[in-house]
Amino acid sequence: MSDRVREKLQILADAAKYDVSCSSSGSNRKNHNKGLGDTGSGICHTFTEDGRCVSLLKILFTNVCIYDCAYCVTRKSNDIQRAAFTVQEVVDLTMNFYRRNYIEGLFLSSGIFKNADYTMERLVQVAKKLRTEHKFNGYIHLKSIPGASDELMHEAGLYADRLSINIEMPTENGLKLLAPDKNRKDMIQPMNYIKNEIILHKEEKKIFKKTPIFTPAGQSTQMIIGATKETDKDIMYTASSLYKGFNLKRVYYSGYVPISNDTRLPGLGTAVPMVRENRLYQTDWLMRFYGFNIQELLNDANPHLDLDIDPKLSWALRNLNQFPIDINKADLQLILRVPGIGLKSAQKIVGARKFQQLNWEHLKKIGVAINRAKYFISCNSRQHERRDLTEMKIKQFILAGSGSKYLKNNPQQLVLF
Amino acid sequence: MGYHSVIYEGTWQSFLTAIFEIYERKLDQVTICTKERFQPGVFGDQLVIHADEQKAKRVWMGLKSKLSKEGLNKIFACYLSELDGIENILLAYIRLVFSNDQSIEQAYGDAAVLRVSQVNRIVHREKHRMEAFIRFKLTQDDIFYAAIEPDFNVIPLILGHFKRRYADQKWIIYDLKRKYGIYYDLQKVEEITFAFTPDANICDTNTIYFKEDEALYQALWKDYFKHVNIVSRKNTKLHLQYVPKRYWKYLVEKY
Ligand code: SF4
Repeated sequence: MSDRVREKLQILADAAKYDVSCSSSGSNRKNHNKGLGDTGSGICHTFTEDGRCVSLLKILFTNVCIYDCAYCVTRKSNDIQRAAFTVQEVVDLTMNFYRRNYIEGLFLSSGIFKNADYTMERLVQVAKKLRTEHKFNGYIHLKSIPGASDELMHEAGLYADRLSINIEMPTENGLKLLAPDKNRKDMIQPMNYIKNEIILHKEEKKIFKKTPIFTPAGQSTQMIIGATKETDKDIMYTASSLYKGFNLKRVYYSGYVPISNDTRLPGLGTAVPMVRENRLYQTDWLMRFYGFNIQELLNDANPHLDLDIDPKLSWALRNLNQFPIDINKADLQLILRVPGIGLKSAQKIVGARKFQQLNWEHLKKIGVAINRAKYFISCNSRQHERRDLTEMKIKQFILAGSGSKYLKNNPQQLVLF
Repeated sequence: MGYHSVIYEGTWQSFLTAIFEIYERKLDQVTICTKERFQPGVFGDQLVIHADEQKAKRVWMGLKSKLSKEGLNKIFACYLSELDGIENILLAYIRLVFSNDQSIEQAYGDAAVLRVSQVNRIVHREKHRMEAFIRFKLTQDDIFYAAIEPDFNVIPLILGHFKRRYADQKWIIYDLKRKYGIYYDLQKVEEITFAFTPDANICDTNTIYFKEDEALYQALWKDYFKHVNIVSRKNTKLHLQYVPKRYWKYLVEKY
């Protein structure tokens, strides 16, 4: 290990950073062999200056690539320094970072050199070496190369905790426009294969205890937002069908960071659509954890999310007829739909009201954002908001009362409701 | 019945013994505190507690029969907060536990229940931060060493995590503030105290103490940290919210 490795790390970390997924949760590999590491805690070991969680050593194996996707820094036609790790170098970096408690594991992706299988084979070798020679039980996420063979995908699944294939563009047309070498089919097919393998392994596991684990953290994908003209509705409908069709664990939305002067793309200097990205994540959460149907949040009448206010509030304002709800009586499902009440608070409310009727003071202590929730609920108190407010009025009150938090140019990533 | 100051030794066992005595003597109006925090001149009787394993155990078993595992952990975590007056909150909580037939764990309308839940949360936040921010350095004796100064006494809470995860390497985690640490020797974890004061300068890469490679991996990690950053997404406010400045001294990538 030397200066050469330092240089490679700089180049190949740089090239990998636009992939947003950094999740290391969802798997619980135990340290069963008195080896190194375990998974399941999903720790962020540090945060970048842009506030993103750093949990994994996220690098490309190489940034040499035979393709020319317009939105990607690694594209063939881009004039940049190229480098490639050896299998052993990636293994050493992972082990030594892990031992020092820098990381939860490895996220390995790659440009495509020669062809899909040649590249995928190297990624699999890294994972295999870590698991078998070094008894490494930390987290491994491999990004599969579109078009890789079923055999390699199978082997990858035996060693990795998570596999992902980036769908890249929310629609097929977008993909055709910006990544002419790629096609949807090459992405969908491995996804489908992995989905079926996971189901198969689960079935076998019920019968044979010794069945090896297979991608215990499942698969995920990423879409680039704002590179092409898709609506939020297009994006989220695609996401919804991916969750359903392939049992995906996560869909990531990555605001396009301008990296070239290509006229098909937003020019250099265009702001990264961070608020939009945040709204998409919020919508994703509403869909997965709050019992919302995607059609309720986005439809032909409302193809775009409101940037000023979060999607739950936006939905509530469109559906004022469903409110107010009685905090002391309503089902958990309904309480979850109230703006200003998150998952934890909703559960606390349902727990606490068994002991006493809750009033505003209780709700505040529990952590409910009263300034938003008050327009939509009633509780054990005589004062409540007058009910004749219009949608516009409520929105204005909330925006005025919430300081800068909702202003467009002050994005708070990952702040959910 | 008069007012009592119950003074305990500042250990978990002695705290539970104090609870036992309060019940045993049917003391009604009390405050519990450590000798260090006791302010002489407070009116009322003083009761000095000495840890008693049997008595402590009886209180713990009593709590165990009434609380969920999570509830028990909350009490312990709050105790570890070492916050001024936390003992009295815990006493109020424990009284509530024993005087109710049904579980009170979710009765957030009660001040003590809510406070216990809040303190538990901040102690656990510190626990998680330590699990995240500890940076081991490989010493010449092949021990991975990390020094910490957590806001709360979280070593008892993080021990299990590190033991499970780093089962094939020797390590030491040392609390500089409380002057004790834990050492894993590949078999078991032991409590240790250094006879000397360890060098507070924990960013040392001096090869008298640390392996040659140590400096290289620290450099590689710094490189990595620098290169994953996306300048056009910079958000300093958020960054500081996640990594408050007081933790920077541990973080190889921040110094
Ligand atoms: S194939 Fe992947 S690495 Fe290569 S240009 Fe396209 S997106 Fe970039």
